[in-house]
Amino acid sequence: MTTLTINGTTHELNVPDDMPLLWAIRDIVQLTGTKFGCGMALCGACTVHLDGEAIRSCTTTVGNADGGSITTIEAMSDDPVGQQVQNAWLDLGVAQCGYCQAGQIMSATALLKQNTNPSDAEIQDAMNGNICRCGTYNRIQHAIHYAADAVQEDT
Amino acid sequence: MTESNDSLMIANVSRRRFLGGMAGASALVLAARWDMALASDDEKKYGAAGMPGGWVDDPNVFIQIDPDGAVTIVNHRSEMGQGIRTSLVMVAADELGADWDRVAVQQARADQDRYGNQNTDGSRSMRHWYDPMRRAAASARMMLEQAAANEWGVPASECEAGVHEVSHKGSGRTLGFGELAEAARELDVPARSAIQLKPIDAHRYIGQEAGPVRGRDTNSIERPMAIDGEEIVEGSATFGADIQFDDMVHAVIARPPVLGAKVASVDDSEALNVSGVEKVVTLDTNSEPAGFKPMGGVAVIASNTWSAMQGRDALKIDWDTDSAGDNARYNTDEYRKSLEEAAQSPGKVIRSSGDIGHALGNAEQTLEAVYYMPHMAQAPMEPPVAVVRAKDGRAEAWAPVQHPRAAREGLAGVLGLDKEDVTVNVTLLGGGFGRKSKPDYILEAGLLAKEADGRPVKVQWSREDDVHHAYFHALSVDRLEGALDADGKATGWRHRTLSPSITSLFQEDPEHKGGFELGMGFNTMPFDIPAIQLENPEAASHARIGWFRSVYNLPHAFAIQSFAAEMAEAAGKDHRDYLLELLGPARQINPRDFGDKWNYDEDPSVYTIDIGRMRNVIEKVTAEADWGRDMPEGRGLGLAFHHSFQSYTAIVIDAEVGDDGSVTIHNADIAFDCGFQVNPERIRSQLEGACVMGIGIALHSEITFREGRVQENNFHQFNVPRMEHAPKQVRTHLVNNDPDLPMGGVGEPGLPPVAPAVCNAIYAATGKRIRQLPVADQLAG
Repeated sequence: MTTLTINGTTHELNVPDDMPLLWAIRDIVQLTGTKFGCGMALCGACTVHLDGEAIRSCTTTVGNADGGSITTIEAMSDDPVGQQVQNAWLDLGVAQCGYCQAGQIMSATALLKQNTNPSDAEIQDAMNGNICRCGTYNRIQHAIHYAADAVQEDT
Repeated sequence: MTESNDSLMIANVSRRRFLGGMAGASALVLAARWDMALASDDEKKYGAAGMPGGWVDDPNVFIQIDPDGAVTIVNHRSEMGQGIRTSLVMVAADELGADWDRVAVQQARADQDRYGNQNTDGSRSMRHWYDPMRRAAASARMMLEQAAANEWGVPASECEAGVHEVSHKGSGRTLGFGELAEAARELDVPARSAIQLKPIDAHRYIGQEAGPVRGRDTNSIERPMAIDGEEIVEGSATFGADIQFDDMVHAVIARPPVLGAKVASVDDSEALNVSGVEKVVTLDTNSEPAGFKPMGGVAVIASNTWSAMQGRDALKIDWDTDSAGDNARYNTDEYRKSLEEAAQSPGKVIRSSGDIGHALGNAEQTLEAVYYMPHMAQAPMEPPVAVVRAKDGRAEAWAPVQHPRAAREGLAGVLGLDKEDVTVNVTLLGGGFGRKSKPDYILEAGLLAKEADGRPVKVQWSREDDVHHAYFHALSVDRLEGALDADGKATGWRHRTLSPSITSLFQEDPEHKGGFELGMGFNTMPFDIPAIQLENPEAASHARIGWFRSVYNLPHAFAIQSFAAEMAEAAGKDHRDYLLELLGPARQINPRDFGDKWNYDEDPSVYTIDIGRMRNVIEKVTAEADWGRDMPEGRGLGLAFHHSFQSYTAIVIDAEVGDDGSVTIHNADIAFDCGFQVNPERIRSQLEGACVMGIGIALHSEITFREGRVQENNFHQFNVPRMEHAPKQVRTHLVNNDPDLPMGGVGEPGLPPVAPAVCNAIYAATGKRIRQLPVADQLAG
């Protein structure tokens, strides 16, 4: 049995320790906002927060996450920074197909929690691991600045 | 792509009714199929009318109004990021007079008999559906007005629909749409000839810069917010991969590494020992042509995705590649050389004017260049995935699919059912780019559903599966020769194009491009040069070749727009000025005069090759980009334009090449003319995205084969653009927003000119001419 706390709810899972967290979240807990894109930590679609850090859930095993606190896209509406990121995404019309955007938002939120006023270069560093095949990068960049302004206004 | 124009639907209804249970099974539309074989040539239908399934404009099919005023509009085109669920619904809502806040969208199931054509490719959703959706909504609005007139005992001409209500001009009385819905339901749908469309300037949503409304900086609440926007940012939007059932089983498949290879033997003992693995199933390899058929292989069915993947890793499979024939010897390096050699000899003549031999033989100056574009995979962020349940003589599927009809009929085929017993639910697509036009992955789920005792089966492709088993963009070699006179004026142009053809999917390989492939910017080449010879030598296919966003426009634009820049350089003239000289004066050319019988299936008398619009986007984009300005060392501007999907695009790229050969794109200016702009904000987003994808095509993306096997596995080898590769700034300049112009496509036409503009910018920055894509490390050292 592995104990995972996801968005504040504790789940006892009977899965192998080497199962990637991604598949435990999607197939077992059935929270499908977190996406599968590559399985090798190359695209960022599966990004979640583990104890506040943005991690790739496709290469983090359930064993590694045992006892940790996991946050997924489904909890961002209750997160003050996550909310501002979501608002920025909507206001600037970032999403096209939307499949990668949960991962983008999780990476962006983790960035803004550590750095409330990131430069373009810092945004690129934080976001370069998140692929968007639709090519929404310019709007993502603008949206992170826009969300940063809102977060600063809030504080 | 184009399907064969074997039939079209005419909504031949004398008494059409609406609002009567849209989601119900009753067929209120008396649709007649009309066999094209019975029609004479002069009755050929173009546009939406020429597509399989045709168009439907019955409000009963698309619009439902509940007594509480809730308006539901059916969207029957697939949403893959182009925004059609917002834009087409917006058209209907606007024409109806609905308040956007009270509009919901319902995604249509696969049913071309009911909804008309649903094949979402070719950048034609808005081009083909703007008019029918407006008519459907206008009919509904007129019925609401008539219902109000009946209620008040006044002439309908005195009743006018406003925002979600109808008012009486004389008395100022109003009734809400919901209050009128039941009475309106009993009325006849107006005859098509009687439908009164709103004047363009009466629209509240159409043509607006739609999209953000929640912003602190906006107060225009009337502007439609993107449908699905909130669900996407909250993680609750349902893509194909997100379909869940409690009794669902999960499958992954080890597919033949070479197209056409068969399973010689399989040892599944270890796979069956993996926790969660339930069953291993060997699937037949289909004989060529590949079509949309599953490839075959060995499937592992398990209780969750991870167990299925672990089980697949534990399979021991011997593949018989003899059945794959030449495919097993396919090597892209060698194949490329063979095409380059073939390009030295004449090929099938596609278009010829003037005496090219004389022009090249008597020129003051000649030049020659050979361009190469590799295979690529569409690689949508959501890899192929589908869920199918087969039970009690019926099947139901949930899938991200661009071509719902092909999925439905294909499933009926593999399951031995009538299509009426197959339901295909279309989810959101996590990207498409042409990959999800081919429903092979859905048919795989259909085959495995037969093995699952009535439980739903999800087939999940890994990224490696997607990279290995795409329907690849065709590798291409294009050889161009140009003749210049003493003044640098172009006197001759010979272009030989060589690529495997998509038609090899469906028939014995013709080894020549089909008409629709040549029509993508090859035989429609617009330059006004005295001697022109266009040829298409043979090129055989050894892999599944398929549509990739903008398709053969990519290599044609890359070669033509690169070579035009090379000719300008040879002539000692400014590239922009030279392009305008090559184009000649503004005029409209009938595509038939260039031998293009396709013209994206549009009427050649309406959709011409418009040189004036080409000149206009070139002039606009160069003005906006301050073309001709001095650039810092190592940095240059590159220009390209292209006409595709009935739209006109020109782009200027500002690129810097570092000492290490890395390329930084500082700015992109894009001028775009698609005629009337229904949703300018989504047009801009498509252009921005196409620009990024095009930069990837120029700099990074390549699929190679050795012994018939794809050599790249995942995003560390098949490189696609990341944030660092995107332009620091993209500026879009939409021109010619004219409701009287025939509407062009949006999703694809932004892409073709990007790669040549990048390479022209690299040339301006470094003096190095890129003729082989991707650039990769060609600029290093």
